[in-house]
Amino acid sequence: MSGLVVGAAMLGVLTGGVYALMASGLTLIFGVMRIINVGHGALVVLGAYLSFALLRGLHIDPFLGLAVTMPAMFAIGLVLELLFIRPLRTDREALSVLVTYALALGIEGVLGYLFSSDFQQLRVWYQTASFAVGGFGVAYVYVFGFLLSIAVLAALGALLYATTFGASIRATMLNRSAAQLIGIDVERVSAITFGIGMATAAVGGVVFGITNAFNPGSHYDLISRLLTIIVLGGLGSLKGAIVAAVLMLVIEDVTAVVVSPTWAAFTFFALLVLILITRPQGLYGLRAREGT
Amino acid sequence: MRLTILRGAAVLTLGLIAATGCANGGGSAGPGRPILVGVSLSLDGDFSGDGKALQQGYQLWADDVNARGGLLGSKIRFKFVNDASSTQQVVTNYQNLITRDRVDLTFGPFSSLLTIPASEIAARYGYAFPEPAGGGPHVFDRGLKNVFFVQPAPVVNNLVSYTKWLLALPADQRPKTAAYATQDDPFTQPQVDRAKALLAAAGVQTVYSQVYPAETTDFTPLALSVAHSRADVVVLGCQLQDAIAFVQTFQQQRYSPRSLIETTGPDQGSQFSDKIGLANTEGIMVPAGWWPSVKTSANDQFVRAFLARYGGDAASISADAAEAFSVGQVVEQAVGKTQSLDNAKLIQALHSQTFQTIQGPMAFDSTGQPNGASFLVQWQHGQTVPVYPPGVAVVKAEYPKPNWQ
Repeated sequence: MSGLVVGAAMLGVLTGGVYALMASGLTLIFGVMRIINVGHGALVVLGAYLSFALLRGLHIDPFLGLAVTMPAMFAIGLVLELLFIRPLRTDREALSVLVTYALALGIEGVLGYLFSSDFQQLRVWYQTASFAVGGFGVAYVYVFGFLLSIAVLAALGALLYATTFGASIRATMLNRSAAQLIGIDVERVSAITFGIGMATAAVGGVVFGITNAFNPGSHYDLISRLLTIIVLGGLGSLKGAIVAAVLMLVIEDVTAVVVSPTWAAFTFFALLVLILITRPQGLYGLRAREGT
Repeated sequence: MRLTILRGAAVLTLGLIAATGCANGGGSAGPGRPILVGVSLSLDGDFSGDGKALQQGYQLWADDVNARGGLLGSKIRFKFVNDASSTQQVVTNYQNLITRDRVDLTFGPFSSLLTIPASEIAARYGYAFPEPAGGGPHVFDRGLKNVFFVQPAPVVNNLVSYTKWLLALPADQRPKTAAYATQDDPFTQPQVDRAKALLAAAGVQTVYSQVYPAETTDFTPLALSVAHSRADVVVLGCQLQDAIAFVQTFQQQRYSPRSLIETTGPDQGSQFSDKIGLANTEGIMVPAGWWPSVKTSANDQFVRAFLARYGGDAASISADAAEAFSVGQVVEQAVGKTQSLDNAKLIQALHSQTFQTIQGPMAFDSTGQPNGASFLVQWQHGQTVPVYPPGVAVVKAEYPKPNWQ
């Protein structure tokens, strides 16, 4: 049993890293734009379908294909922000839920039309290939996904904390009006942040698409998990998204093998409630910092 | 004023009685007037794929009968209405079909979920309710006498053939341990519970057993636990998505059981084989009630007619279509035996006779459950083939399942 627990914990850490990357775009978008993007799961699925199209049509490996899909998703993000998010001038947090949900339904509809509702999966040689660690098979795809997630998250961190543009993002996250007053073009920052969020969704989509059979409706399950992660981590916190994602996946996976899958989600949500009672802003919530 | 209200109420009551009376047990088709058959189908929503397949099967049967001169000298005409996979709409549909359209016969919709409320409406008006796709235990435990599930076996018995086949293996090859995992779904869980009980009673030790929520999306920890059990046999109560995920995790863990059966998934053709790789399908099993190549009465003609009408290849024919066609066959024989469209007589005949269908011979007990058994299908050399029982098998079953490629 102990080997199984260690295996489940390792799996939780590896998949948690990938979920952290998917949630990072969501939390950044909230932090900068004050919008709740419930369409983020659909964007991850869109990323998976773009990789699927490249793999099926041009036989391009999904990870290599990110050289195409990340810029493409970034560009799509700029357009979506301009068309659907920027016009929201008042009550952005509430209205954004409706707008981004409509966006998710639109993406689902288009993908259903183009690819049908059949399940698809990105099939690559490292999908089921594995190496043994203590009697537990570690699949290469989880390792590749984890390493790539770490690299992208590190790049995001460097962008945020080591560049002038990153300072603009952080200033906008702290106080949008004050950032405007000191000359930051917050609309440009918002558009680029939305694009970055989309690009991270492309990376998440690759790993999601290799490890799961997906169809256009797969985003519903995904968004509920991603929202849970950023609430636990603290809305707008990159570090919070990483810690919460790993915590969630490890707790769920270990509970599933030790107790039962029925109790996996319950155990995590019980912990979530306890944490939110003591820290309503989440583990690393930005709102608390704003108030202090 | 009070007199007017009373008079209105009396007229309304008489009208309702008249409408109910007219609808009770169906209309009476005469020479020249077609026999109207009412069906609610899920042409949108979750069951839309299955709904469309049922429509194909029903229509093909009607065309076949009409080409042979019809039933009791009358042509058959279907009245299909869409329920969008809704349990509310299906009730409204059958209510309308019976009281407004005054159909002669009613055939069933897709799924136990819709069959349960729909059959209540049919029973209220005295209609026989032969149905192709409602096999869950609750369909039969409500005391209704008008429901007839036109598949070889009730869902709970779907894996019985598998257990018989396993236990018939030579003693030195027979599995010693088994692992079970199933969704908490009324379609999958009863099958797996029954298989577990039968195998355990025969001495096959249960080394892992788990029921997981139907909403589960991450199947990897579950599959890890099954792989960790190193069971000889794995029985999974799953749908396509988890069927794929389990196999992939088994490959990652380099665990290849001697036998693997999944309640759904391996029967989905390329939807399944594309995801796990054609070579890795070798030896995987699935229970089935019908298969394109199965040697049953008139099945070859059905397959030929289906392909001529709808195109595609035999492997792409949905079992739903065959089950719907079988509903027509059963009713056709019952009408032939009673020489009547009287639903009360049809219900009596359906309870007391055996009928030949493309799924094999069919008879029903007092609750409407069929008394046959499903058969076993196995992936062999990139194709799915019936392998058990011997009456329907076209090749010998492969055992043990080869290792993953």
